[in-house]
Amino acid sequence: MVESKQQWKAWLYLAPAIVLLLVFTVWPIINTVAMAFMEDYSGLANIGGETSFRVGLGNFTKVAQNADFQSALRNTMLLCLITVPVSTVLALLIAVALHAIKPLQKALQTIFFLPYVTNSIAIGMVFAAMFNVIGSVGTRRPLISSYGIINDVIRFFGGNWVNWINSGSDYWANMFVLIVYIVWNALPFKILILLGGLTSINKQYYEAAKVDSTPRWRVLWRITVPLLSPMLAYVIITGFIAGFKEYTSIVGIYGESMGPVHAPHRLNTMVGLIYDSLASNNQGRASAAALILFGIILVVTLINLWVSKKRVHY
Amino acid sequence: MKVVLQNLTKIFPSRNKRSNEEVVAVNSFNFEIPDGKLIGLLGPSGCGKSTTLYMISGLLKPSSGKIFFGDDDVTELSTENRGIGLVFQNYALYPHMTVKQNIMFPLENLKGADRPTKEQMLERAYEAARLVQIDQLLDRKPSELSGGQQQRVAIARALVKMPRVLLLDEPLSNLDARLRLQTREEIRRIQKETGITTIFVTHDQEEAMSISDLIVVMKSGLVQQIGKPQDVYDNPANLFVARFLGTPPINVFNGRVQAGKVYIGDAAVLEAAGVPDQEVYIGVRPEGFNVAEDGPLVCQLRDIEVMGHATSFLSSHEASINPVIRTLKDADRHITVEGDTIRYSLKPHKTFLFRHDDAAERIECEVK
Repeated sequence: MVESKQQWKAWLYLAPAIVLLLVFTVWPIINTVAMAFMEDYSGLANIGGETSFRVGLGNFTKVAQNADFQSALRNTMLLCLITVPVSTVLALLIAVALHAIKPLQKALQTIFFLPYVTNSIAIGMVFAAMFNVIGSVGTRRPLISSYGIINDVIRFFGGNWVNWINSGSDYWANMFVLIVYIVWNALPFKILILLGGLTSINKQYYEAAKVDSTPRWRVLWRITVPLLSPMLAYVIITGFIAGFKEYTSIVGIYGESMGPVHAPHRLNTMVGLIYDSLASNNQGRASAAALILFGIILVVTLINLWVSKKRVHY
Repeated sequence: MKVVLQNLTKIFPSRNKRSNEEVVAVNSFNFEIPDGKLIGLLGPSGCGKSTTLYMISGLLKPSSGKIFFGDDDVTELSTENRGIGLVFQNYALYPHMTVKQNIMFPLENLKGADRPTKEQMLERAYEAARLVQIDQLLDRKPSELSGGQQQRVAIARALVKMPRVLLLDEPLSNLDARLRLQTREEIRRIQKETGITTIFVTHDQEEAMSISDLIVVMKSGLVQQIGKPQDVYDNPANLFVARFLGTPPINVFNGRVQAGKVYIGDAAVLEAAGVPDQEVYIGVRPEGFNVAEDGPLVCQLRDIEVMGHATSFLSSHEASINPVIRTLKDADRHITVEGDTIRYSLKPHKTFLFRHDDAAERIECEVK
């Protein structure tokens, strides 16, 4: 216990952080909750001095019935369910491989960590350039000046070029590009955490496994993965949370239209929808969508925690 | 399975690239470990005993020399294929598995015709658990066990696949004094019951002496002496071995041999016929002193410690290398000492002469 004399000092030290949190986090959260229940409320109308709104669940029903919302929810879910497992497994394998090698370990570690410190919009644009086909793609007899690096590689190996992101492209081609980008972008943080976990595992477990002639895959599955389980749980939970908030990656590749030229908004996500609602001056619906997203993340995280309680050792 | 070590040498390269100071951890170790015996590798830390053990296990590669299990040369064989059981100093039990899963783990790794059925695995796991008396703890996690219980699980895990050789690295160092006593008897019993050639490493001479069939005393990578514990104790090859074995430790005096007589200071304590005149170290076991009114060795009495089963006299002498001369007497012979001097005569078979140089080899002679 801090003596009461000392308490004001403690509060003083905490004050800057508390003030910032209150102004920029707590107050907006309260406002978001309040606005979600205010129907036909417009922030702009406020300036004219006229505020008229009704209290009710109208925002939620409108959001839920909106076709855009349904496609955004589906996109978000798909991205989460595909990218989180794929990136986690890849990160685990890369971390284990990195941990096993001695030469160039530091250099490779740096290379794998680079995406983490690079601006994601910039990376998105590079990805777009790699998949971009320049020319008249949608026409019957396409006239093409560049297929993009990825298609060049496919063509080099004798495959047919794919319309990844341009006008007339397929939804799954769009998604594929997005998934590759998100997985690649999610790897460094996961590798870093898992590598940290690996170095903290006592080497004697591996020596003991060696004495007992344990095959490699069994060492990975029966020893490494269980001993890493706290880190894996952390990586998966934060991965899902980040996945549900996916937005910048799509802007980076497809621009603010959130989709290829012929089908804007096709790849919109929950967060994208919230920004759209804000842009069209509909704070009520944006707040309702934000609360729905919060609810989904909460439920998924609780499920994650429940599963990890059974699976995570110690 | 007998284990043969031929000129086994391990040299660790220098950590510092500029200096070429290599560390010779083990220096041409030759020894044939007889089948079914319990061998104690003994020495102070850094003497190369653990390095030797890990070379036998295959986790460390020898710089030169060969290792045979029976007639098979296993020097180039990797750990996985040596068929050894190894108990680590910190046990290295898998923390996420139950005791049963830990013990069964080595069996689940077996392949092809060697692989037992699930029932056989369980049966063997139970058998190993019964052998080390932990069969009530099979569903616990290692973190729910005491140090001694973890130790037994580690031994059961090493034994369950019936290894050709069982290796134990400082098996008792993490246990408290009482448990240590109990566990070392356990190890002896288990080794006798299974008949597996067992090699263990320890820095505790009492531990090694009490349970080993043979002890190997090592110092700075060199084997000092190999023999039955009592033989090594009674006939130490050099001053190092003499000092390392025995608690309380041996008392060492600066002395000399002159005209066939052994002198400590000016007192002629014993006779050593045929030994040329020279400076010597004289080692006397704590039980090698007789308190005698006309004894030649006159010491200043410092203190008397009563331990119940024995009494120990602490005294000092200017020629003594140990700061305190410690002597042991049975408690049933009551000795009263008056004044602050005590006189001793020495028992010849508990007194050893060593050359007065760095190696301090034993001078073979008959002391009377």
